[in-house]
Amino acid sequence: MGRTVKPRHKKLLAIVLALAGIGIATALILNAFRSNLVFFFSPTEVAEGKAPTDRAFRIGGLVEDGSVKRQADGLTVSFVVTDTAKSIPVTYKGILPDLFKEGKGVVAEGKLGEDGLFTATQVLAKHDENYMPPEAAHALEQAAKAQNTLVAQ
Amino acid sequence: MNLYAYASPATFYHLAGRLIPWFAWGAGLLTVWGLYVGFFVAPTDFQQSEAYRIIFIHVPAAWMSMFIYLVMAFWGAIGLAFNTRLSFMMARALAPTGAMFTFVALWTGAWWGKPMWGAWWVWDARLTSELILLFLYVGIIALWAAIDDIKRGDRAGSLLTLIGAINVPIIYFSVKWWNTLHQGATIKPSGTSMDAIMLQGMLVMAFAAWFYTIAVALVRVRRIILERERHTEWVKALLAKEI
Repeated sequence: MGRTVKPRHKKLLAIVLALAGIGIATALILNAFRSNLVFFFSPTEVAEGKAPTDRAFRIGGLVEDGSVKRQADGLTVSFVVTDTAKSIPVTYKGILPDLFKEGKGVVAEGKLGEDGLFTATQVLAKHDENYMPPEAAHALEQAAKAQNTLVAQ
Repeated sequence: MNLYAYASPATFYHLAGRLIPWFAWGAGLLTVWGLYVGFFVAPTDFQQSEAYRIIFIHVPAAWMSMFIYLVMAFWGAIGLAFNTRLSFMMARALAPTGAMFTFVALWTGAWWGKPMWGAWWVWDARLTSELILLFLYVGIIALWAAIDDIKRGDRAGSLLTLIGAINVPIIYFSVKWWNTLHQGATIKPSGTSMDAIMLQGMLVMAFAAWFYTIAVALVRVRRIILERERHTEWVKALLAKEI
């Protein structure tokens, strides 16, 4: 035996290899998340051409106030998803989740047509991280309205 | 008092035995208090109405799933660095409870997701990284079970725990770093966007989960101590006394 590895060096080597492994694993996970786990695209990102055109993807944003229209068949719904900068018209045939409301968050999965109409196969409601009793929500709403009237005057 | 004395399994065995009833009773009382506040005192939510109440189980379970993992990684690191036997035993004693809380978080999340979002499961970053956490727990437990040599098993399992610890900040910040269907954090350094009585119920349940975890981990670590130290005089004397 010509060379023997000192135990101290062996331990150091093991630590370096382990750290390298952690680094590679992290990089791979983060990379996978970046390319696959962007759960939805905002209308602005879609307008910038970041969303895939050849396959289904998800768009997310707020349901524009006053945009929800139900068709005569009672199942088909059309609405507009907006991030306040850009917006996308969506049509969907199916049952909507309970929390689906104008002015609230929504995520729709489907395909964007060449005419700019997004045909959804699934619609999910995205709720926010605020929890309060209805009275408190009502009070906040009133306060916001009062603020608006003051500004308007 | 010499705190290092408690790093000795024999001393710790007796200390744990005295602590268990306190934590077990504490867990029971806090659970009753927390569930009462959560289900009878806390008001209905303005947009999710009654369905939000699953938060009183879901959030403490999810917090514990991440926190227990970090504690396991801590004990694993101490064990690897100082070769202390008790640290590895603590890591092994915590793992099943961590896996259980991860499962509860995923399960109650599905129950919450179906009525609120409209889907049991989606592959968003928060849900996926929490699922990876469950796989990590199961993987670590399986690795320990697969290696017969206790010392080698301890080291391998703790190394895997340390490597997997990178997943915990990913879970926590996933809702911030990526677009997720899962909503953002309610409790933030900048303030809490939750009604005070709802928050009280959630925090009491979180403390209950802590007490429960400590109690069952101590019960488990006592078993592990007895098993590993069965050839020592003090365990033989103890067993002889009990028989």
